[in-house]
Amino acid sequence: MPALTSENFRANSVKALGNAQLQRALDNIRRDFVDFKGRAVGELPEYDALKREAIALKNHTLENLDFYLDTFAKNVEASGGHIHWCQAAGEAREAIVAICKKRGAKTMAKGKSMVGEEIGLNAYLEAAGLTPIETDLGEYIIQMRGETPSHITAPAIHLTKEDVADTFAEHHNHARRPAEIPALIAEAREMLRPRYHEADIGLTGANFLIAETGSSMIITNEGNGDLSQILPRTHIVLASIDKIVPTIEDALTVARVLARTSSGQEFTVYNTFSTGARRPGDLDGPEEFHVVLLDNGRSALMGTKQQAMLRCIRCAACLNHCPVYKSVGGHAYGAVYTGPMGAVITPSLIGIDKAAPLPNASTFCGRCESVCPMGIPLPALMRDWREREYERAEAPAALRSGIGVWAYLAKRPALYARATWLGVKALRVIGGRRGRLASLPLGQGWTATRDFPAPEGATFRAQWRRTRGAA
Amino acid sequence: MSEGGRAAILGNIRRALGRGELQGEARAACEARLKSHARNLVPARGQLPREEQVALFIRMAEAVKASVSRVAKDDDVPGAVVDYLKGQNLPADVIMAPDPALDRYGWASQKMLAIRRGKPVDADQVGVTGALCGVAETGTLMMASGPEHPTTLNFMPETHVVVLRAAQMVGAYEEGFDLLRAKGAMPRTVNLITGPSRTGDIEQKIELGAHGPRRLHIVIVDD
Repeated sequence: MPALTSENFRANSVKALGNAQLQRALDNIRRDFVDFKGRAVGELPEYDALKREAIALKNHTLENLDFYLDTFAKNVEASGGHIHWCQAAGEAREAIVAICKKRGAKTMAKGKSMVGEEIGLNAYLEAAGLTPIETDLGEYIIQMRGETPSHITAPAIHLTKEDVADTFAEHHNHARRPAEIPALIAEAREMLRPRYHEADIGLTGANFLIAETGSSMIITNEGNGDLSQILPRTHIVLASIDKIVPTIEDALTVARVLARTSSGQEFTVYNTFSTGARRPGDLDGPEEFHVVLLDNGRSALMGTKQQAMLRCIRCAACLNHCPVYKSVGGHAYGAVYTGPMGAVITPSLIGIDKAAPLPNASTFCGRCESVCPMGIPLPALMRDWREREYERAEAPAALRSGIGVWAYLAKRPALYARATWLGVKALRVIGGRRGRLASLPLGQGWTATRDFPAPEGATFRAQWRRTRGAA
Repeated sequence: MSEGGRAAILGNIRRALGRGELQGEARAACEARLKSHARNLVPARGQLPREEQVALFIRMAEAVKASVSRVAKDDDVPGAVVDYLKGQNLPADVIMAPDPALDRYGWASQKMLAIRRGKPVDADQVGVTGALCGVAETGTLMMASGPEHPTTLNFMPETHVVVLRAAQMVGAYEEGFDLLRAKGAMPRTVNLITGPSRTGDIEQKIELGAHGPRRLHIVIVDD
C-alpha cells in the first residue's frame, strides 16, 4: 500500500492541480454525475421526512450502542456465525488471517470494503502468504496499479478510460486495446469470474449490521460483493461498530436515503442481507460465516462533539459536492477517507498531529453539511479539530507567536494604540512612493502572488476618536 | 482476545455514555423496539390498489433497464420466456430454480426449450427463477435463498428471467419482510434486486452487466 501523506496535503494539492491527466479525470465528477437534486429529492416527496427519521434512528442507536452491538453479536452466534470483537486495526487483521489459516486458505475474493482499506488489510494478507483479489471494478483497477482509492464509492475516479486500458494491457499481458468502457468492463468480468470460484474465502464490508437478526447488509450495483460471498466456502464480514442499526425496517429507511444521495438512484441494484452460513438443504452459500467487528478509535468519539460523525453512512455526497475535493481529487488528502468526511474522520484514525492539514482543507462553503443525508455538521466538526490542533500547540510556530503577541497587546489598549500607530507608520515608510509592499514581514505567503497596499492615513482607532463626534 | 475485545469496546462506550450496562426502562424500550420492528415512514408511492401497483412496478423496473412482459395465464409463461430469448438472440437453454412453484407453468409445451433444474455453472447463459414478491415502490424483486432457490441463480448467468405473479406484488420492502417473517427464521441470503447489474466505476458512465446479470427480464402472470 502506498504511504499515506496527509501531512503533505498542501504540496499534494499543488501537484494535483498541475496534473493534466488527473484534471481530465476529475471533469467527470465536475459534471455532477450524481444528479442529486433531480432524482434524489425531486421524485420522492418524503425525502426530508425519511432523512429526519434516519438521523433520529442513528442517534437512538448510538445512545444505546452497547446494547445493540451485544444483541447483534448474540444473534450472529444464534444463527450459526462467529463474532470477533477487535479494538484495534491489528487485532482485526490478525483475526482475519487466523480464520484464513484455519481454513487452509490461499486466496480471498474481496467485495469493496473501506474498513479493509482503513486497516491496510491487503498488504497484511500478502505478507501472510495470502492473495487478496479485489472484485469491485474500481478496486480491481487500483489494486493492479498499487494505488489507494481516491473516492469512497468510486475508487478509480482519478483515472480516465485510457488509463484503465493501459493498466489492463500491462496486467492482463496483451497489446493495448481501444479504450472503450463496455469492452473494459467485459474484460474485467471475464478475468474475475474464475477467481470467485478459486477463492477459499470471500470478504465483504457491510453497510449495516442488523441487531434484530444478526444479519449484515451490503448495498452495491455490480453484484461482485454477492458473488464474493456466495461462491467461496467461508464468508467474512469486516465492519466497524458504527454500522449497527436495530431492525431490518431501520436498515430499509436508511437504504432509501443512501441510494438517492450516493448515486442518485431510486434504489441501489443489490440490497443483500446475509445471515449465518448456508442452511441444511441449501445448494449454495458459504459453509462458515464470520463477523469481524472493529472499533479502531470509534468508541473514543462517543460522548464528544465528534460522535455525530458515527452517523456517517459513507454515501460520498459530501465528496461529490466539495469544491476542494473536486479540484484536487482524493489522493491529495493522503488518507484512506477523503473529502469533507475524510477530513473529519482521518484525525481520529491517525492522530491530529499527522492529519492537521485536512480539517483546514475546506472553504467552509457548507455544501457538505447541506447535502449530508445524516445531518452531520461537517464544517463544525472540522473547526473542532482545528481548535484541538491549536490547543495541542500544533499550529505553525509563526501563527502561534503571532496570535500570542496580538493577544498580549489586545489586553493593553494604550500599548495597542502605540503599536498599531507604529506599525502603520512603518508599513507606509516601507511602501514608499508606490504605496505597495512586495513583501510583508510574517506574511510572505500572502505577498508571494500579490502586493499588499500600504496603509494610508491614521489607524482605525485614531480615526474613530476623531470622527466619532461628527458622525 | 475476542472476549477481552468485547469487554473493552462495550466498556468504552458505557463510560462515554456515563452509565453502566443498559438496564430498566431504557433496556426494555430497546428490547421492545427489536421485537416490534415497527415500520418507519413508508413512502406513499407504492400504497396503491393491486392493479396500479403492477403498473408502477413495470414503470419503475423499466426505468432501471429491466424488461417486462405480461401474460394473462399460466400456460402463456413458457411462450413468453422463449419469445424473450429469441428476441435477444439467446439460446433456448436455461438453468431453472428447483422451485416447485415454477412447475405449474407447463414448460413441456415448448419443445425447443431445454431446461435443467438446480444451481448454475459458468457456462449457463440464462437462469430462470421465481421471486418471493415484487415491490412496486422501485420495481424491485425480493429473493430468498433456500433449497428451492439457490442465490447463485440471481448472479451468475448473464441473463436472469424472473416469473412473478401479479398477486405477489406488494407496495413496499417492509411488506416483503413481513411475508418472510411469516415463513420463519431469516434465510441465509435475502436479495432485493432492482434492475440488472451495473457499474459507473470508469469515468462515471453507467454500463450494464458488471459482474451480475447484464439482462433482467420479468414475466408477470395475471391471475
